[in-house]
Amino acid sequence: MTVPIQSGALISETSRHTLSSSRVRAPRGWMITTLAVAFIVCLPILSVLYVALFPEENIWPHLIDTVLPRYIRTTLQLLIGVGILTFVFGVTSAWLISMCRFPGRKLFEWALLLPFAVPAYVIAYVYTDMLEYSGWVQTGLRDWFGWQSARDYWFPEIRSLGGAILMLSLVLYPYVYMLSRAAFMEQSQSLLMASRSLGCSPWKSFWRVSLPVTRPAIAIGLTLVLLETLNDFGTVDYFAVQTLTQGLFDTWLNMGNIGGAAQIACCMLLFVCFFIWLERRSRARQKHYQSADRYKNLPRYHLKGLKAALATLFCLALITLGFLIPFYILANYAYQYFEQSFTSDFISHARNSFLLSGLAALATIAIGLILTYARRLNRHRAVRAVVAVSSLGYAMPGAVLAIGVLVPFAAFDNTLDGFLRQHFGVSSGLLLSGTLFAVLFAYVVRFLAVSAGALQAGLDQITPSMDMAAQSLGSRPTGVLFRIHIPLLRRSMVTAAIIVFVDCMKELPATLILRPFNFETLATHVHQYATHELIKESALGDLVIVGLGLIPVILLNRSMSSAKKGEQIQRL
Amino acid sequence: MKKTVRHLAKTFLIGTLLSTTALPALAAEQVNIYSFRQPYLMQPILEAFTKETGIKTNVVADGTGILERLKREGINSPADIVLTVDIGNLSELVKANVAQPLKTDVLEQNIPSQYRDPNGIWYGLTVRARNIFVATDRVKPDEIKTYEDLADPKWKGRVCTRPGKHPYNVALVASMIAHHGEEKAEQWLRALKANLAQKPQGADRAQLKALKEGVCDVAIMNSYYYGRMLTEDNPEELAIAKAATMIFPNQEDRGTHVNVSGMALTKSAPNKENAIKLMEYLSQPAAQQLYAQQNSEYPVNPRVEPSGVVASWGEFKADPLPLTEVAQHREAAVRLLDKVNYDG
Repeated sequence: MTVPIQSGALISETSRHTLSSSRVRAPRGWMITTLAVAFIVCLPILSVLYVALFPEENIWPHLIDTVLPRYIRTTLQLLIGVGILTFVFGVTSAWLISMCRFPGRKLFEWALLLPFAVPAYVIAYVYTDMLEYSGWVQTGLRDWFGWQSARDYWFPEIRSLGGAILMLSLVLYPYVYMLSRAAFMEQSQSLLMASRSLGCSPWKSFWRVSLPVTRPAIAIGLTLVLLETLNDFGTVDYFAVQTLTQGLFDTWLNMGNIGGAAQIACCMLLFVCFFIWLERRSRARQKHYQSADRYKNLPRYHLKGLKAALATLFCLALITLGFLIPFYILANYAYQYFEQSFTSDFISHARNSFLLSGLAALATIAIGLILTYARRLNRHRAVRAVVAVSSLGYAMPGAVLAIGVLVPFAAFDNTLDGFLRQHFGVSSGLLLSGTLFAVLFAYVVRFLAVSAGALQAGLDQITPSMDMAAQSLGSRPTGVLFRIHIPLLRRSMVTAAIIVFVDCMKELPATLILRPFNFETLATHVHQYATHELIKESALGDLVIVGLGLIPVILLNRSMSSAKKGEQIQRL
Repeated sequence: MKKTVRHLAKTFLIGTLLSTTALPALAAEQVNIYSFRQPYLMQPILEAFTKETGIKTNVVADGTGILERLKREGINSPADIVLTVDIGNLSELVKANVAQPLKTDVLEQNIPSQYRDPNGIWYGLTVRARNIFVATDRVKPDEIKTYEDLADPKWKGRVCTRPGKHPYNVALVASMIAHHGEEKAEQWLRALKANLAQKPQGADRAQLKALKEGVCDVAIMNSYYYGRMLTEDNPEELAIAKAATMIFPNQEDRGTHVNVSGMALTKSAPNKENAIKLMEYLSQPAAQQLYAQQNSEYPVNPRVEPSGVVASWGEFKADPLPLTEVAQHREAAVRLLDKVNYDG
């Protein structure tokens, strides 16, 4: 069965209004479930707000007088730098891969995803090891030129703001690449054909057609990048770059002022709200729905000579810098230290990481689906606001989020315990605190934005006429979800699940704070060495995190290319 | 598709149910530990304890937010003991009111009063000296003798330290405030900042590395890192350590600034008796030796000799100022570090 869709329909504001008002109506059960889920997911954020509102001592006068302006300035510089670099890396490579032919394209198509498997703090360690004074690069240069000490020559300092921008961009650009490549491949062929037949050069049709049409996808990718950047702690800490996150931890751990730290976290949330507003705004004015002929392959520009060489070199450079070099260095250390590192404990840590991340990915997708579908069913402001707020967990540094989980869980446990003790003389102790459920919950809250973002983008591309057709054929909203949207969203769901899985594998601060007794994940296991600058001892663990991250990258690639063949439509 | 989703949902539900029941096993003899220390440091000693007493140890290790967790869990917290480093963390335990006072003869005999809380809320386990290191080929050991010397303009562009806000440096600055008052300490800190060869970065080991590389001539590092670099069997680290000379500062006046790793009994402690057994065990010579040796630290128990490499450095005079007094100046130290923009 195929559903007739006007190809590449760009629907005007007025017609969209009539469409959405005649959409499938939301049944009450859905809305109640949605609100309940959203409320629970928002709890940690509300808790942080609560902690911020009742600090033990007002630290702001001191912060504003001394370090806060610098924290904010550095944070802005970092965000702008990473934003620009990931945009250039991600969009350029996605455009080259999806629209051009050049040597190595097929290989690069998936290899460009590889850096995604490398955690930012790992790449920071590896490059510092290589580029600092005693690293082989500078040692080699000194031998070559006969320099004696650091005072004889200039070499860029890797532990700097610029270094942090580069490190973060190298591992974060795949977000932009992934989302913009999917969008470039899904863009309406007829639009591009029209632009070409109207005399646009490839460059012009990129700027005037492809880029505007794929803007929502790029915006989502960039938003994810900026959020990751904002709450990165490992890299900025290692490079001593003074961002808001650093200030937050300083206020919390050195000044013992958790209220002040929560206030800085709220300050960071303002940044986040701004990004989200910007991203929403960028898509508010436009709607485009997928066309029936999207699965035909787009004719690609055939690059030759210098252009082809440049394209190949560009992709190769990204892969080498973002993946091959760190991977090689880690593999080398892991080999040297294999016997010390590979123990039976190590295997059980790996299993823990795998199970926990897998569960978190499933839960995150399920909840993401409930929320985004509710938003589609009911465009009421309140629903949209609730869905937006529930995504804020992504914007919080993991440790702050962990506090946000700790507060309501412990409050619930202790209240229940108090009640039972008072009335029944029994103690329930801690039911939620210090369990894996708490860790899992933190993961879901932390990464819900990733799944909701991807699912939202997928849902937005499904024309409302599908819903209407299904409704007129007698389907109820839940039926529409299971029979129309979930099959059509398969690709978005797989993508989202994979991203969440990999992110959970790398997650450190919340795991450290919330986990139960005698429980280690690979990330926490590696961390104990990393804090003592023992990069070699931690290499095997890092390598496994990177290696496991590769499996989803491969799956992701397969799902993306199989979907291209249009099997989903046929199955429908 | 529908089936798959249902199946996934089921798996998820079962998984979460299973995980919620993963509370610490209610075995008869056990003790629960919240630890700031890395598992690889703790494991051998805890294993030895279990072997000797049959008491099982459960650990949440290496956690930055442990204190907050303890606070929120309140009277129901399953933790019995907190193991931590740095006087800052120990005094936060006092401030947060999550630990209970404890006095036993064994603990008081084994741990000198300077390294424990006067009310018995926390006890030190190992001592580490915050030492000055110089590049052996460029600086004579008698050229720098005190922390105050670090401010001498002759070291301009020649000093390396980790970020000032790290607890170890905060404690050092706090001890300067304790001895000289805030005003003098500020002058000293400003002069020290002016002497820095580069923006404060990296952890302690990185400072010694910078020394070898010629980035600077003078560095500050905790004594145990030096011991570990000398004994870890890693040729690169060994070469770095060998290029440096260690100096115990202020030997001719008040003594070297020292810090501790320590322990406390929590307020909630469900296994109090076992916890006290473990605490006493950790203060006894056998455990002291193992615990200190593990990280090349000084045993807090004066009757225990430090291990090989640490002993080879000879005796030194430690600043007798009680650590609780250092802790009182920590907040002022943090504000001072912000004020002079030490890390900027």
